[in-house]
Amino acid sequence: MTTPPSATREYLKPPITEVGVIGWLRGNLFNSWYNSILTIVFILVLMQLVPPLFKWAFVDSLWNSSSEACREIDGACWSVIPQNINFIIFGFFPEGQQWRPTLAMLLMVALLFYSKNRSAWKKSLGWYWLVGLVVMGGLMRGGFFGMTLVETAQWSGLPLTFMLSLFGIVGAYPLGVVLALGRRSKMPAIKTLCVVYIELIRGVPLISLLFMSSVMFPLFLPEGVTIDKVLRAQVAIILFTAAYIAEVVRGGLQAMPRGQYEAADSLGLNYNQTMRLVILPQALKIVIPPTVSQMLSALKDTSLVVIIALYDVLKTTKATLANPKWTGYSTEAYIFLAVLYFICCYALSSYSRKLEKDLHTGH
Amino acid sequence: MKLSRLVALVAVFSLLAAGLAFAGKDLDAVRSKGFVQAGVNGGVFGFGMPDEKGVWKGLDVDTARAIAVAVFGDASKVKFTPLTAQQRFTALQSGEIDVLTRNATRTLSRDTQLGLNFVQVNYYDGQGFLIPKKLGVKSAKELGGATVCVLPGTTTEQNAADYFRTNNMKWTPVVIENTTELAKTFFAGRCDVLTSDASQLAGTRAVAPNPKDYVILPEIISKEPLAPAVRHGDDQWRDIVDFSVLAMINAEELGITSQNVDEMLKSTDPMVQRFLGVVPGNGAALGLDEKWAYNIVKQVGNYGEVFERNVGVNTTLGIERGLNALWTNGGLMYSPPFK
Repeated sequence: MTTPPSATREYLKPPITEVGVIGWLRGNLFNSWYNSILTIVFILVLMQLVPPLFKWAFVDSLWNSSSEACREIDGACWSVIPQNINFIIFGFFPEGQQWRPTLAMLLMVALLFYSKNRSAWKKSLGWYWLVGLVVMGGLMRGGFFGMTLVETAQWSGLPLTFMLSLFGIVGAYPLGVVLALGRRSKMPAIKTLCVVYIELIRGVPLISLLFMSSVMFPLFLPEGVTIDKVLRAQVAIILFTAAYIAEVVRGGLQAMPRGQYEAADSLGLNYNQTMRLVILPQALKIVIPPTVSQMLSALKDTSLVVIIALYDVLKTTKATLANPKWTGYSTEAYIFLAVLYFICCYALSSYSRKLEKDLHTGH
Repeated sequence: MKLSRLVALVAVFSLLAAGLAFAGKDLDAVRSKGFVQAGVNGGVFGFGMPDEKGVWKGLDVDTARAIAVAVFGDASKVKFTPLTAQQRFTALQSGEIDVLTRNATRTLSRDTQLGLNFVQVNYYDGQGFLIPKKLGVKSAKELGGATVCVLPGTTTEQNAADYFRTNNMKWTPVVIENTTELAKTFFAGRCDVLTSDASQLAGTRAVAPNPKDYVILPEIISKEPLAPAVRHGDDQWRDIVDFSVLAMINAEELGITSQNVDEMLKSTDPMVQRFLGVVPGNGAALGLDEKWAYNIVKQVGNYGEVFERNVGVNTTLGIERGLNALWTNGGLMYSPPFK
């Protein structure tokens, strides 16, 4: 048993076929005959698809031109967006006053960014939001400081989408928590009420709720009395989302081990304290992923207000496309909308992932 | 404290009751609001749609403006509520809007069961067929066996089914929900024929990759008189809406346009004098300002001007007057005497 002298010991590099790009290719794409075939087929398909798509979207495309110029080309006519951007984003908000919704949206984004850090989660945050919402509402509505009055009927486009989503989520979350607690209540009347509410709302699609709010509800009111159309839709969205959030939260409540309740009892905490200090903080943390899914779908569901003729950002885009000048370019417009929705939804979901990581206490 | 609450409650209820008592008077409601709330389409180019700046444009929109001018003498005293096909009649019944100018077809059941009153037609439409020229079809009667692109759930689909059945022809409907997608599908060649209201066909053809490759067949297979509507219960309001539309038609009959209306004030023609309120009477009869018709022509224009501005041959839609020409030119637009 002799060991070779260290000077002569050679460090062999692994064979080139096992590491680096080639190694990765061999290990992942060509590690068996059927994987090799799949890889080759996919490469061929991509070669067929990607270059024409690239050519359509970037090479042959026009980015800011008239619709007449677009008819001359084979590529994408992205011009449909910049040429109509004012109407797509702001809808009927009077021209020249559009700095107001812009400012309101910036304020909302700023508040959201500020609320992102958990160190900001104090009582003062609630006040900031309250003030922020009043300022946003004031900016949108106007009627003072020389700002012309803009009725809710003229609120449209992106601000409307944001408003319906934000209030939908913010309004539905506490209501959902209350409903979930009610459903687990030992008091039969409250329990029945909550069960009936949740099952009734979950039993119908959002579209039918919106229809009820816009078509049936006005008939029940005395003639001459009308309730704001945007408000009706907003309430329908809140009621709908709350029922789903309630069930998500109930899942969290049921996942709490009995020991937690008993521990709280033995400390002498009453029901309110038990829920506020022990159960809900843990239960709500568990259900972050499904809650966020619910919020994402609430955000996207706001586009359904199209069917009751509210002009959210989807409807303003559709209205633009109804103009014969731009009718042919619906693909481009819808891609733009998809990107817009994706940005909002992705921001929300990646934040929830971060939050989950921060709150992870490992048990 | 309890008593004061009770008093407040009673006050609220009596206010509501008072509101109910006067609710039949639509005209009063409009006057006290200070504007006309009009239900419009919101998605049909040339009839009711916002433009790039969010300004409402269209034949129906201008009709609503004419009504506002009649009542207030100001075309800007009107607010528009975009409505879907399902919402439109409820919105009128419930009082959310004062008048519906949303390319609605007047039918017997709508006029009676829905509790509505339709007034003078502002556009005579009808369902037709759009086909590619290369099919070589000259008449809708030769369309046996065709695949037909059609919107679902509208009278359009029903009319097409009836037409093909009565003519003993087979057809395959290709049903697509959205007008834009419907047109795209048709141009992509997935169906031989596209059927819709003739006014829509013109617009669809205008956006074809090559409009000259498509023709609209001469057959019109349905009657679609599109008219503004009000709810039952206030005949004076109904008269005002009716005569606002008729005033535009009458102005065209008399040769009065927004350009020459001031000249026409000096006209010696008694018909013109009565119409423009130089000789008073009409305004008082309707409960309006004597200048109401003058204002409509001045601010909105006569029917011909409104038609040409929104849907006429020089617009993207490029629709001929056809049935919508004056009766003196072979159309159906005819106004009773203004006296």
